Amino acid sequence: MPVIDVTHDLDTLTITITAEFAAPVERIWQVYADPRQLEQVFGPPGYPATFVEHDLIPGGSAHYFMTSPEGERHYGFWRITSVDEPHSLAFEDGFAADDTFTPVKDLPVSQNVYVFEAIDGGTRATFTATYDSAEALQKVLEMGVVDGVASSIDQIDTLVAA
Amino acid sequence: MPTAHAGPDEDRADARFHALADRTRRDILRRVLVGEHSVSALAASYDMSFASVQKHVAVLERAGLLSKRRNGREQRAHGEVDAVRSIASMLAELEDVWRGRVARIDDLIADGRQRGEE
Repeated sequence: MPVIDVTHDLDTLTITITAEFAAPVERIWQVYADPRQLEQVFGPPGYPATFVEHDLIPGGSAHYFMTSPEGERHYGFWRITSVDEPHSLAFEDGFAADDTFTPVKDLPVSQNVYVFEAIDGGTRATFTATYDSAEALQKVLEMGVVDGVASSIDQIDTLVAA
Repeated sequence: MPTAHAGPDEDRADARFHALADRTRRDILRRVLVGEHSVSALAASYDMSFASVQKHVAVLERAGLLSKRRNGREQRAHGEVDAVRSIASMLAELEDVWRGRVARIDDLIADGRQRGEE
């Protein structure tokens, strides 16, 4: 498993994942710069993501939807706040109402910072996501991943089992 | 015959959803999850009788969402953090999602030529 560290900060509602990959920083950057590659990693198996817009520049946005096993689509957007190719990117991730990608007003966005550093033999990636509130966290889990069904870790295990 | 969804877990879920289906009870729960409150202090927060508030507290208690302890003459109530879907468990779920993503990135970079295959 290339995940080398995970921290949960219950006070700031932040999860930080540190992973090491046996590939140069530029290769990892590509995964995020190329929407077709990003689609392959973003959604869990059976819950694919489709990026219909992907403008990886500061002030740009990405529009995506995730398709549930029942065929239901959940729309989301990224608002890119900073890009330092190939070292880091920061963006807000939120829920959109429909295929116009209008942000859902009452749903808070999460703040995401991804950092890629060159290490001996590859790349160390640090993914940080910070949520606004417990409700925001719950929404992410319910709408983005488990389709509004009361989720359980078991269900997610099944979803993410490769 | 019991259905696939019968059992004590389902009964508990029923009790919890019932307890949480009331605005005042949700508000009480929010307060006692943040810190312990005496039942009389809670009662003073609402425009209703002490007995009514006590009743709401009892419903939450039966659902396992709240516990009471006696402190002298006072009844003090606190929220059962574990019973409420905890932030910790949600972050743990999110961690699983992330572990899945990292594994998929790993697969993708290991086998770039056969992209899309799965």
